[in-house]
Amino acid sequence: MLKQRFFFLLISLGLALAVWWAVREFGYLPRFMLPSPLDVWQRFWTAFRDGSLLRHSLVTLSEVLAGLAAGASAAMLLGYSLAKSPALEKVLTPYIIASQSIPVVAIAPLLVIWFGPGWVSKVMICSLIVFFPVLINTVVGMRSAPAELRELMRSLQASRWQTFWLLEAPAGLPVFLGGLRIGATLSVIGAVVGEFVGADSGLGYLVNAARGIYDIPLVFVAVMVLILMAMALYGFVAWVESVAVKH
Amino acid sequence: MTTCQPNDEPQPAADLGAAASNTASAGAGSPLLAVHHLSAVFANETGGLYALADLSFEIYPQQFVCVLGPSGSGKSTLLRLLAGLLKPTQGDVCYEGEVIDQRLAAARRNVGFVFQKANLMPWRTVSENILLPLELQKVPRDLAQSKVAELIQLVGLRGFEKARPRELSGGMAQRVAIARALAHDPDLLLLDEPFGSLDALTRERMGAELLRIWQARQKTVVMVTHSIAEALFLADRVLVLTSRPGRLRLDLTVDLPRPRHEDMRYTPQFGGLARQIRSAIERIE
Repeated sequence: MLKQRFFFLLISLGLALAVWWAVREFGYLPRFMLPSPLDVWQRFWTAFRDGSLLRHSLVTLSEVLAGLAAGASAAMLLGYSLAKSPALEKVLTPYIIASQSIPVVAIAPLLVIWFGPGWVSKVMICSLIVFFPVLINTVVGMRSAPAELRELMRSLQASRWQTFWLLEAPAGLPVFLGGLRIGATLSVIGAVVGEFVGADSGLGYLVNAARGIYDIPLVFVAVMVLILMAMALYGFVAWVESVAVKH
Repeated sequence: MTTCQPNDEPQPAADLGAAASNTASAGAGSPLLAVHHLSAVFANETGGLYALADLSFEIYPQQFVCVLGPSGSGKSTLLRLLAGLLKPTQGDVCYEGEVIDQRLAAARRNVGFVFQKANLMPWRTVSENILLPLELQKVPRDLAQSKVAELIQLVGLRGFEKARPRELSGGMAQRVAIARALAHDPDLLLLDEPFGSLDALTRERMGAELLRIWQARQKTVVMVTHSIAEALFLADRVLVLTSRPGRLRLDLTVDLPRPRHEDMRYTPQFGGLARQIRSAIERIE
């Protein structure tokens, strides 16, 4: 089973490299604009050896994780309140939806102005972008407990806390984790957007800086590390899901 | 907290018709449950109206009462009112002489409820589902575990302790639900067509099992059913509701001797009672 998965992974990687190589050979782009897989590998190796890649990656990863934690926690708290109070939901829903029509790119510069070009503004941007999908899925998840099981809990005089812990949380967990999975990948995008606006480190900064000096292989390296980061986070949440969701 | 008015205010006999004369078997002492002029109008999930109109009756400790009636007569609503899960539109429900409201609910009521569907938690195993009421009451783990083992034995699910609900048949799931309702040793069992999803044989066996539990554990049982035979086999008393809004059409004492066995279904006495219930229901329809 595992062997088979590995085999398909190899095939898919091989295909991607082949397409890449073909575009480079037969496409219209001058060679310096589209580096070969080998160029990218070499650039990766030098950036890895001098430690700069690791440094930038850790900066971005810390922003992504902090933003994910902050955004998801806030979304869980508000989501629980919204699910419990229809009145609150009616009052707040227009603002929540309106906030979603603002592209993060548009407010990222503001956040950088307000919170400075450092780490904090990036975490803010990440948590903003994570907030919405986690919020929606928390509300939907909290409500996914069947009415009859709620009646059962009431007939057994379960407290509010017991109802949450023994019914609502396990019933809503799959939906909630679905939201967290989306949030995790979005958080990576948030960090890059923030770093594009103004930063002196991080993978987004690296992409921007490398592009400025036409170090295209380095752009590729940074983008690929970002992809790996998002996939790893997604995979981690999916793994938690497979362990925690037992039905 | 309101104290209950006894039901002995002069009731116009016409109100209940034949029903009033038949409540004789109501045991001595004070009623466990008393329902006064209970009316209820509710919109259910599918948008239909479930209604009860001016119901009054009393249920005494250790009585086994079956509620029959055409569908839509508010039988399930009645059970939910008795459990305190719904608030009556008018009138009240008293438990041991006190009106059920939210505060009383927490302190005093000790109710086991079995729903039409098994209504199990899919993420819990059979054992864990039965454990739930004990967990909510913070019963020490060891005691709770031995209690669960005993109940699993009782409903014949040995070997399925670790199974999840999706691996069970409908009948097995319903047996888990019954075990769960018994876990915290409630004084009052409210059963909403608990055997509706079972095949005839399992149904008879579960009925006999329920009788055994009821006799051994001295519980009061109110059970909604569609089966006249089942009601007569199990109950001390049968209440028949009219169709919407549900009113009390018949309050019949079942004076068949106990212990009851299957053969009893073929006696003339059984047949006579069955005919009485049937005609009460048919008059409605």
